Amino acid sequence: MSVTPSSPDYIIPKLKAETIASLVKRGTRLDGRGLHDIRQVEIIPNYLPKADGSALVKLGNTQVLVGVKLEVGTPYPDTPDQGVIIVSAEFVPMASPVFEPGPPDENAIELARVIDRSIRELGAIDLSKLVLIPGKKVWVVWIDIYVLDHDGNLVDASSIATLAALLTAKIPKAVISEEDEQIVVDKTTHVAQLPLLRKVVTVTVGKLGKALIVDPDLEEESVLDTKIIFAISEDGRIAGIQKSGPSSITKDEVMRATDIAIKKGQELIKIIEQAVETAVKQAETKEERKEEEGKEEKEEAPEAKESVAEEVTEGTKEVKEASETTEAAEEREESKEEEVIEERKAEEPVKELEEKGRVEEETAKKEAAPAAQEEKEGQPTEAEPEEGKEEAEAKEEEAKEAGKEEVEEKPEEKQEEGARKEAEAKGAAGEEESSKERKASDEENLNSTQ
Amino acid sequence: MGGTKGEKPKLILENGLRHDGRRPDELRPIKMQVGVLKNANGSAYVEFGKTRVIAAVYGPREAQPKHIAIPYRAVLRCRYHMAPFSTDERKSPAPTRREIELSKVIREALEPVVLTEMFPRAAIDVFIEVISADGGTRTTSLTAASLALADAGIPMKDLVAAVAVGKVDGVLVLDIDQVEDNFGEADMPVAAAPALGEITLLQLNGVLTREEFEEALDLALKGIEQIYKMQKETLKKKYLEVEVEV
Repeated sequence: MSVTPSSPDYIIPKLKAETIASLVKRGTRLDGRGLHDIRQVEIIPNYLPKADGSALVKLGNTQVLVGVKLEVGTPYPDTPDQGVIIVSAEFVPMASPVFEPGPPDENAIELARVIDRSIRELGAIDLSKLVLIPGKKVWVVWIDIYVLDHDGNLVDASSIATLAALLTAKIPKAVISEEDEQIVVDKTTHVAQLPLLRKVVTVTVGKLGKALIVDPDLEEESVLDTKIIFAISEDGRIAGIQKSGPSSITKDEVMRATDIAIKKGQELIKIIEQAVETAVKQAETKEERKEEEGKEEKEEAPEAKESVAEEVTEGTKEVKEASETTEAAEEREESKEEEVIEERKAEEPVKELEEKGRVEEETAKKEAAPAAQEEKEGQPTEAEPEEGKEEAEAKEEEAKEAGKEEVEEKPEEKQEEGARKEAEAKGAAGEEESSKERKASDEENLNSTQ
Repeated sequence: MGGTKGEKPKLILENGLRHDGRRPDELRPIKMQVGVLKNANGSAYVEFGKTRVIAAVYGPREAQPKHIAIPYRAVLRCRYHMAPFSTDERKSPAPTRREIELSKVIREALEPVVLTEMFPRAAIDVFIEVISADGGTRTTSLTAASLALADAGIPMKDLVAAVAVGKVDGVLVLDIDQVEDNFGEADMPVAAAPALGEITLLQLNGVLTREEFEEALDLALKGIEQIYKMQKETLKKKYLEVEVEV
């Protein structure tokens, strides 16, 4: 049963509530934002080592962690040739003094269902590519939203994190045995990127008096009349709406909010794409360098790759790993070419973003690539905001440059041998341990499935 | 609602009519009745085609447990529930995530019209049972709930009427049924308080362009006007009947 909440998520002093309302009337907000400004977005993609895709998102002080896991399951009887998506949200008690342990309440359920619908209705994930044995076994995409810190607008933060996590998600290797249709999943090896057809993000527009504000924080949420959540696709279509909150709204206000949401949603998707791309690319560069160190001959022999790849099914674990890495490298090289072009395309509209948006974005990128920063020794990790912007831009250029070089010809990499070696040395110890752990957990998984 | 889908039928026929013979902007046959239950303070039965809903209101009454009470207003409690026999395949009576979400959006659609400030520390309970589900259950429920509140004599700023607009085979249609919901491209439930000119519930499940969305919203508001008229007539009729009896 749904009950009028007796206390809101945050009890706001009356004076502050009035201040917020009067500021909004004048077109500004308590934290200095304009009415349609989104708080600073920081995205750390691939945050979790054990998930198939993940992202930690900070939207101002709101923090949401999303983990995507792919598991083998049965399809719905009415869609036998499609994978399954399941979205759930947990408002963990550490996130707010008003969150209590227990099963998800109506707010958590609403949030999960709104995000679920946005992905489902737009056909964001190509579910037809997630079939293992038609009608019998498919991949189930579990999207688990974990709210870690509640400072308002949980829906948008969750949606940003979901998109970022889906962008990083990969499909694990599954071997189907012909006779008994048993599926053995190798969680340590990923064979492909999760097929994302379209991108979607939500934009929450709050109504406060006659004004409409984007991305309300916790204090603002406690004085809002109501809010409307719009799911916006990258091409500016509306992929879902949910009015949420105990007050009403006029048609004119709804249409005004729609226009704001469409504009902001498209901007936000670009920010997310870029943050994820940059981080993933930097991580890949690092990985490739390590790879090259060990198996230089393989890099140079494209024919050999295929033969190794064929051994996978019968071969030993070691061969499996080797072939995966070369396969993956191939794939990455292909995709990189596209990425470079895409990035160039994306660059233009981003330049049109307001100054603030740019700073935010760059910071997000910087945050998103802590690993890459370790490598680049010459550059200080911490910098003044203004410097940080330039620096991040420079870094972006560099990353692009590196990407191009790799696509065209490899030798340039050797110049950075020193940095590579160091990264290797750093990684080596941890690497071994984690791969052991992975194997161990794999065995566990196998045991539990059998 | 889901259920087994099977083959997609033609939703818009050659003559421009829908699979059940309706025009795109035509509502299903609607029946409304208030005071259908003896015990409840107010009750209503509403039928949109094969969708049938009973709503009952208890209160204002003491809020139980005490800690849910709010010192300056009444709390509104709302339960949307589907009967096990309301769907094609038996539905477990345990509340699903869908029912929990719908209970919330229905409550939030009623909050703006109920004058809760008149009953501090009290509770107003709205119980909704879907006894037959054929699409548009939340909108039918909301239409019934608002009638039941009025029937219970609870002061309200306005009645709430609701209807869903869908997009099927590329055409925007009013008051979609289950087939149109299952095979259509979009389902957009809307509720409004017409005299106030306010929208109290708005959801969209599907993909629309901005232009389609505005058109769909206008279509829904037009449908809501018709339903609103029927609601008022239903309420008036009850008192006319009482007059005759006395």
